[in-house]
Amino acid sequence: MPHPYIPNSASEVRAEMLRIIGAKSIDDLYTTVPKELRYTERLPMEEGIPEEGRLRRHVTSILNKNTPASEMLSFLGAGCYQHEVPAVCDEINRRGEFVTSYAGDTYGDHGRLQALWEFQDLMAELVELDVVTTPNYDWSTAAAMALRSSVMLTGRKRVLVPAALLLDRRLVFADYLSHDVQLDEIPFNEETGLLDLDALRAALADDVAAVYIEYPNALGVVDHQAPEVVELAHEHGALAVVGADPTGLGLLAAPGSFGADFAVGDVQPLGMHMSYGGGLSGYLAFHNDPAVIESCPAFIFAKTETLEPGQNGFGYLNFDRTHYVKRGEGSQNGGTTTALWAITAAAYLGLLGPQGLRELGEGLMQRSRYTAERLGEIPGVTGPRFSGPILKEFVITYDNHEVAAVDDALRARGIFGGKDLSVDFPTLGRASLWAVTEVHTKDDIDRLVEVLTEVLA
Amino acid sequence: MTAQFQQARWNEPLLSDIGTPGERGFIPSAPEAEIVARVPDTLSGIPASFQRAEPPRLPEVAQPQLMRHFMRLSQETMGNDVAVDFGLGTCTMKYSPKVNEHLVRLPEVSGLHPLQHVDTVQGILEILWRLEQMLCAISGLDRFTLQPPSGSAAVYTNASIVRAYHRSRGEGEQRNEIISSIFSHPCDQSGPYSAGYKIVQLYPGPNGYPEVDALKAALSDRTAGIVITNPEDTGIYNPHIKEFTRLVHEAGGLCVYDQANANGMMGIARAKEAGFDLCHFNMHKTFSSPHNGMGPAMGASGVREDLVRFLPAPVVEKRGDRFELDWNRPDSIGKIRSFVGNAQIAVRSYSWILALGPDGIREVAETAVLNANYLAALLREVPGMSQPFPTSNTPLEQFRWSLEGFKEETGVGSSDLSRNLSDYGLQPVFTSHHPYLVPEPITPEPAESFSKDDLDTFGNAFLDIARRAQADPDDVINGPYNNACRRIDAAALDDPDRWVPSSRAERTRNRTPVKGD
Repeated sequence: MPHPYIPNSASEVRAEMLRIIGAKSIDDLYTTVPKELRYTERLPMEEGIPEEGRLRRHVTSILNKNTPASEMLSFLGAGCYQHEVPAVCDEINRRGEFVTSYAGDTYGDHGRLQALWEFQDLMAELVELDVVTTPNYDWSTAAAMALRSSVMLTGRKRVLVPAALLLDRRLVFADYLSHDVQLDEIPFNEETGLLDLDALRAALADDVAAVYIEYPNALGVVDHQAPEVVELAHEHGALAVVGADPTGLGLLAAPGSFGADFAVGDVQPLGMHMSYGGGLSGYLAFHNDPAVIESCPAFIFAKTETLEPGQNGFGYLNFDRTHYVKRGEGSQNGGTTTALWAITAAAYLGLLGPQGLRELGEGLMQRSRYTAERLGEIPGVTGPRFSGPILKEFVITYDNHEVAAVDDALRARGIFGGKDLSVDFPTLGRASLWAVTEVHTKDDIDRLVEVLTEVLA
Repeated sequence: MTAQFQQARWNEPLLSDIGTPGERGFIPSAPEAEIVARVPDTLSGIPASFQRAEPPRLPEVAQPQLMRHFMRLSQETMGNDVAVDFGLGTCTMKYSPKVNEHLVRLPEVSGLHPLQHVDTVQGILEILWRLEQMLCAISGLDRFTLQPPSGSAAVYTNASIVRAYHRSRGEGEQRNEIISSIFSHPCDQSGPYSAGYKIVQLYPGPNGYPEVDALKAALSDRTAGIVITNPEDTGIYNPHIKEFTRLVHEAGGLCVYDQANANGMMGIARAKEAGFDLCHFNMHKTFSSPHNGMGPAMGASGVREDLVRFLPAPVVEKRGDRFELDWNRPDSIGKIRSFVGNAQIAVRSYSWILALGPDGIREVAETAVLNANYLAALLREVPGMSQPFPTSNTPLEQFRWSLEGFKEETGVGSSDLSRNLSDYGLQPVFTSHHPYLVPEPITPEPAESFSKDDLDTFGNAFLDIARRAQADPDDVINGPYNNACRRIDAAALDDPDRWVPSSRAERTRNRTPVKGD
């Protein structure tokens, strides 16, 4: 029976096509593949389900074994966040024209290119740097690419990164950089959670390619020393790579405003569902400097004129710098990343505008501070653990209870507690990182306080 | 035949230019009064110097106008859902079944947080595990990681594994070269380069693929391995591949198979039998996940048993009926990106493979090769079309042919002809990756999703454009005419003094330097 996905599977059509080709059988078309390499068995895999209804029921029955965080009361964050997703964002990023497009050109894909350029345009305003690329896979890989660019631009082989870094980020850096770059960690202040500036000064020298700092950091603390860090880096001829959660940038200083050479972060909070981490998308921004652009081969789209006066056209900015042209001669890797999320983030930023983004940031700060203080009042909880300012995440510690045991008890009561930090930051003891966003109501927070009080009693 | 197609042309203003100050499109839920009362000062603890001085220059636009703007941009985009898209050779554009789009938008996928307790994500872990089993069957290799978020990232992952392997044997410093071929995908070189390798490039012999002697000359005790595509970008299969892998192994190297595009090979021949130690598949090419306008995507990296210990953490393990994430991997290369990867892509590809089963998968490959050879038969009629190698006449899933003769005759090159296809409602045909070893190239790849009618439509359009070019070269050089925009000033894209990556960059450039600034 012809398969619904394969139009030319009807035997008469195949015979007609073979006739025009001048071949007797399909097998004739494979003559270049040596017989001894041919796989003659039937692939050992699950039997096919060509009926759509049966397929849907089968896959859904597996997926129904999941309990989505979005349907529970969840306080998980640590790099992937449950924010409100405007319906418009979902509507735009499910349009078949966008979803099933790829590398179409200036003419066929004019609309896609304009949307991607608009992402660059709005993100440039948000981070106050002139060039933004099509986003990378996630915050970690965008930061790794910026650090690698810094190594290429300075010719130096040491980078300084904060110890207050997500474990995933550390592991991405280790893989992408450590084969030829020395990664030195700068500790955080045990009381404030901010970077230890004295330690940074001691570590800085003229062999440092870049210093990396982010706000908020992996402890949820908004490290407002970032401008000083940038200045210190520049004093030693090092570049400054600054990570910033875009949901804070309606209120907080933009990386470009205090001299960052690179800005990175994740746009997942700007209209993307979590999708088990599949919503991540790492923005990457820098100055409009040909040398910097050359070092970093992520796609950039440029606006230009057309034969028709007043009409905009779009195309790849200096395609020759990408790995598609340079191959193994001096280029970082590039290619397909997360364009659909860029289009979505552009729509999100357009929807919220300057006022909405400010209100979002204010609401995050108020809810997270409120929750941190309420949790801190529960007997057996110390929180917030750090005195530094927070945006949407904070750390608490339990005096007597193991985090995993508390999480189990909370989960049994329908609550996903904060991320256990005992692996990432063993010195913090029984610590966990909690994320509170605009999806959380006061009732949600009251319920958490009530249940956690009961669990710890 | 005349061009019947007219794309929407809205001349849509830039997003930053629509709306009016004071408008807004979305109001995030505000915190309740009790919360505000307890935390009145939102910026407590943020020094004034770290507060944003000026609000970001974002649009101020109401929801209806913003929605309309993006719908218009979508109408000016030729996705595979609306256009015959197989021109984009090497990209394996194919139909992405709609049922899978519905599945990934269920909260049981979209609402999952990557750090949820494993007890609450048994479904998605099972999908990841089941997809892995399928890829093991198709490749013959032993384990896969689904963490790499693209084909390039998968090649890079495999290069990192090669690096870890040689390090584990104390040969990490010495073995610093990766061999590849110029008709392999560009990332087969940039991936290993990014992992710290020097690249030794093989060039094609008279049959279009590198000769065994060229490989022998490239091998040495510095060889860490080979990263190669087969069939290469030309659609030509290197029949000596088994000899290649034998020689590389003999020299102490590992063999990495780029199967980003496996669309003509599934069920026909496998990485294992050809002697490869590692391979990768692109879920967004061969395995039907949509390209999403250029991601999110997934490259699945597979390895032989003795390389499993180097895979990035975590891997999905099945213990009894339960699925777990194994983070305890001391020899792992680290991580390629955060969390487990783009899990929604795995759902789509699992569902697609399952819809086909072992027989359907093989039929996909056979139909892709049938379609390519049929299209080749149609395009052979284009005047001045030539086959760069004798082997080009029996392509697998795609082919790279040359219009050098046509260019000499008319002055109209392959990129001109290609561009005009969009006047016919067809995605332009891919020319070639760089360098253009085949002059005036085209590389179409008609995957199994395209009907004989689609192929005829494409072939007829191509012949029509060629006829128009012969009659009046300028007619084609100035095209296309029926798209969302007219021919662009492309020189401005490459000129640092003129390129415009953002309005902000334009403002910076136009700002008159002030004394003392």
